[in-house]
Amino acid sequence: MEVVKIENVARVYKIGKLETQALRGVNLSITNGEFTALVGPSGSGKTTLLQMIGCLDQPTTGRVFINDKDVTSLNRNQRADMRRATIGFIFQFFALIPTLTAYENVEMPLLLNGYAPKERHDRVMELLKAVDLTDRANNRPDQLSGGQQQRIAVARALAPNPKLILADEPTANLDTENGKQVMDLMAKLNKETGVTFIFATHDPRVIGYAKRVVTLQDGIITKDSQSNGK
Amino acid sequence: MIQIFKMAFRDLGRNRRRSFFSALAVAVGLALLMLLSSVIQGEMGSALESAIQLQSGHIQIRAASYDESKSSLKWEDLVENPDQIAAQIATLDQVKAVTPRLFASGFLSTGDESSGVRIYGIDPQSIANDPYRAGIVSGDFLTADDREGLLIGQPAALKLHLQVGDKVSLSVNTSNGDVLEQAFTIRGVYTTNTYGFDNSTVFLSLAKAQALTQTENHASTIFILLKDTSFTDGVIKAIQAPAGLEVKSWKDLNTLLTEFETLANSYIGFFYLIILAITVSVIINTLIMSVYERTREIGILAAIGMRSGRIMGLFLSESFLLAIGGILMGLVLGLFSVYLFNIKGFYIGNMGLNGMLISNTIRAQLTLDKTISVTIMTFVATILSGLYPAWMASRLEPVEALRAEK
Repeated sequence: MEVVKIENVARVYKIGKLETQALRGVNLSITNGEFTALVGPSGSGKTTLLQMIGCLDQPTTGRVFINDKDVTSLNRNQRADMRRATIGFIFQFFALIPTLTAYENVEMPLLLNGYAPKERHDRVMELLKAVDLTDRANNRPDQLSGGQQQRIAVARALAPNPKLILADEPTANLDTENGKQVMDLMAKLNKETGVTFIFATHDPRVIGYAKRVVTLQDGIITKDSQSNGK
Repeated sequence: MIQIFKMAFRDLGRNRRRSFFSALAVAVGLALLMLLSSVIQGEMGSALESAIQLQSGHIQIRAASYDESKSSLKWEDLVENPDQIAAQIATLDQVKAVTPRLFASGFLSTGDESSGVRIYGIDPQSIANDPYRAGIVSGDFLTADDREGLLIGQPAALKLHLQVGDKVSLSVNTSNGDVLEQAFTIRGVYTTNTYGFDNSTVFLSLAKAQALTQTENHASTIFILLKDTSFTDGVIKAIQAPAGLEVKSWKDLNTLLTEFETLANSYIGFFYLIILAITVSVIINTLIMSVYERTREIGILAAIGMRSGRIMGLFLSESFLLAIGGILMGLVLGLFSVYLFNIKGFYIGNMGLNGMLISNTIRAQLTLDKTISVTIMTFVATILSGLYPAWMASRLEPVEALRAEK
């Protein structure tokens, strides 16, 4: 089943009189359970494409479908609802809320989705165990290492059982060992839970994990290949 | 909801000093409003109380044709057989004191100085005259049969260099338009701590004043004090005024004061606005800075699916918490400043307006309803000041917000 379908999507940014074409007519289809890497040099449109899929931005032309639902014309709150229920995000910077503990950061999407307290607690503990950070539950982000923060971000992304997890350069700010830990964790979760992962990267070690590699250049897909993954 | 409050609380805790000073701005604003309203309440309250006790009473019965500004002494402008009417009114339960008074104008002269005075002919035995009796600073109060004694206010005594026992000459208009002059002895010097009144009023016994002005068995007014101001309307209804007389309430008799109060209230409203505007601008500034500092966090919250309304709720919760913290501090600060103000009071001397009795010393009088109303005002203003920053945060595009440095 198709989780993501991109039809002829273009995105033009206007800064003053200057127009920049970030995407120029992209077509892409991603099915359930894929572990896909979007690769390409800086400025190739990887992040913009992830933002289109994540309902964070809207295309200038073309259409985006998530779970067969056209999200192109959704309003601000409808897009927020779509993200909350269906999509998990992992960002390059360790995007945790600094005032909340690790536990509370993982709990936040569950709260927004209206989970009952008992369900929330069980789910958070299960996820903290999965990312091997149960003992850091009560630590705030500034008391965690970069790798630990990114693992908490992975747990948060997974919390409401989304269909799709989008990761934008998830290892860019991590050293080799922590980067490997995070990628191992994502690959393991993909295998165990069947959740679809799409990640943007230009790190060859990360690309090695992907089962499918979509290459972008100057806003268009230049290559789409299957890979063995790890 | 609880989570939103928890986040708001911790967000305020991130920059404790800034949050403290913002709450302090709310606190100082509230304390100023409390002090200002209580000073005005104290001043107007004491002015009205002075006017009622010393000058107007709660109710007066006068001849319909009586013109206060002229202190007319023509018989047709006066109340005839005032004791009889007073005795009837005294039977009403709500009445504390009722006494006839005669007003005249004249000149008080010493060897080489003179001063225009207003003469009060009073029944020295009536408890309505207790405020004057209590204000004797030297000498004695009048007695009913005192035919030569006169009481003079302290400022006038100082001005004319008079002491108890000194002789003075008093010229008075009579009922038939003549001027009579007679010698009196200063029996006592009084003060009501109200410069305007003390400087221009002398007291004679009613019987002597009637004799001097040839208004026998007539009075300018029947002065009525009630046990409580709130009884005024009820008592006015109960009084059956004889033909040709009219009943006036303290409101009719103190129009200048009530008009001044209305004017003062509108000025105060303006001051309230200035104070609240300063408070509001501090809170808006704090919250806008907070939105800028946390742009990326707002982006993260939006990315994980927080709706605009909840993001707005988060920032409004912060202004709510600042309001609560500020109000708690402000109530303490306000009560303390009113207390400090009242230790000595604020001495304004003889700054009273002509025709108005304003006490020499202003004291603050903080009432519960004023405290509640200024607290609500401060609360609402603080919450409203959170609206714009909260709206700003809720309108941030997630994709733009995520790109921010912080």
